[in-house]
Amino acid sequence: MHERDGHYKQTLYNGRSDYDHQGETMRYIRPLSIEDAVGELAKAVGPAAILAGGSDLLVRMKGGFIEPELIVDIKRISGLADITQTADGFRIGAAVPCAVLGENKALRKAWPGVVEAANLIGSKQVQGRCTITGNLCNASPAADSVPALVAAGAKAVIAGPSGRRTIAVEAVPTGPGRTSLAKGEIIEAILLDKRPEHAGDAYLRFIPRTEMDIAVVSAGVNLTLDEKGAIKTARVALGAAAPTVLLVEEAGQVLIGSKLDEATLERLAKICAGACRPIDDKRGTIEFRRKVAGVLARRAAETAYKRAGGK
Amino acid sequence: MAGVAVSTTINGDAVEYLCQPDETLLDVLRDRLGLTGAKEGCGTGDCGACSVIVDGRLVCSCLVLGAEAEGRKIETIEGMAHGDQLHPLQQKFLEHAALQCGICTPGFLIAAKDLLEKNPSPTEEEIRFGLAGNLCRCTGYDKIVRAVQDAAQVMKGA
Repeated sequence: MHERDGHYKQTLYNGRSDYDHQGETMRYIRPLSIEDAVGELAKAVGPAAILAGGSDLLVRMKGGFIEPELIVDIKRISGLADITQTADGFRIGAAVPCAVLGENKALRKAWPGVVEAANLIGSKQVQGRCTITGNLCNASPAADSVPALVAAGAKAVIAGPSGRRTIAVEAVPTGPGRTSLAKGEIIEAILLDKRPEHAGDAYLRFIPRTEMDIAVVSAGVNLTLDEKGAIKTARVALGAAAPTVLLVEEAGQVLIGSKLDEATLERLAKICAGACRPIDDKRGTIEFRRKVAGVLARRAAETAYKRAGGK
Repeated sequence: MAGVAVSTTINGDAVEYLCQPDETLLDVLRDRLGLTGAKEGCGTGDCGACSVIVDGRLVCSCLVLGAEAEGRKIETIEGMAHGDQLHPLQQKFLEHAALQCGICTPGFLIAAKDLLEKNPSPTEEEIRFGLAGNLCRCTGYDKIVRAVQDAAQVMKGA
């Protein structure tokens, strides 16, 4: 903490001339097309950063954890600041702030779990800036929106020097702070499928206070039901339980065919607890995280089931 | 000095400035434009003392680059009163003694203004959640919540 404070003072208060000099090695650009943004990132020689909401980037810059020579602000690129409803579902531009997700009625109705997870990130002030794409690319195992997106089967549309590709969101983070994106690649949007009838999702996290905190452990569950209320498809994801957000396929499997009876919920909790590979730290022990992962998965499954119209 | 040339609108006035690419909007407001109402508490988006409104969105100006303000509309605490006429929130903060040292106050006022514009009749819980991004180490928050409740009543009657 001290080191971080020290650096911060150095960059900010060492006198305006040093500060100005440091700024001169950095370039800020605001491209209007994704092709220009990709081109600039691809030819960048030094460290480069993509800026959407900046709620992670500016903190890391201030702390001296990253000193980009190029900042590419993607907010003015056409389509990146919009949520569009297509025949296949929703396309959420990479620069859409999480507050806007919460204000979109259609999205809230279709994917309440994704929206509640996105709206848990930070304060009102942070909500006005932070994005789910940034949350994904920051690659924190505790990112709130990511377990919900993974459970939802969301996809990331990536633009890069060799064209576009679309991958599952769980394939983006590869470890804490690391992603599978290659040089010059930008996630331009997150895709969520159109919802069939009888579908619901939910996200829950444990924090020691009521809000404004980082998940100690979390769970996202996404279900679809048949006409009789039995679970037809299920995806379960855990956050802060391993170096990346975990898609627990076995936990989804165990729910299929059930109406969430007690025995099934017990098995779900047990599988989730077993799937965790958490760290032991001041925010939670391994034992605690395992246990709570199971409890949260259970409760999220019950909420998702109710939202899907199950009784 | 080389820098980024920015044209923006602050409290209704057209403003132009040059800033460094890594300079925050908070630093631009305070150090280049002399608008020292927004305060730097943490500089990392945790305390809300630097709250401003950009294109109708409440944000921490320490987490916005000065360069990003191009073409935006920015509202700061300096634009809250009309001449000598205090905004009802400012008046109620005084009446309820909702401040002691005052460092957090401009941020609270801006955040409370944004809250009441979006939700004119908030419950106490909504006020507490809505202002959770603003930290105060003096008041214990209760007087701030009462002041916002009282201001909401006044503003609805106006």
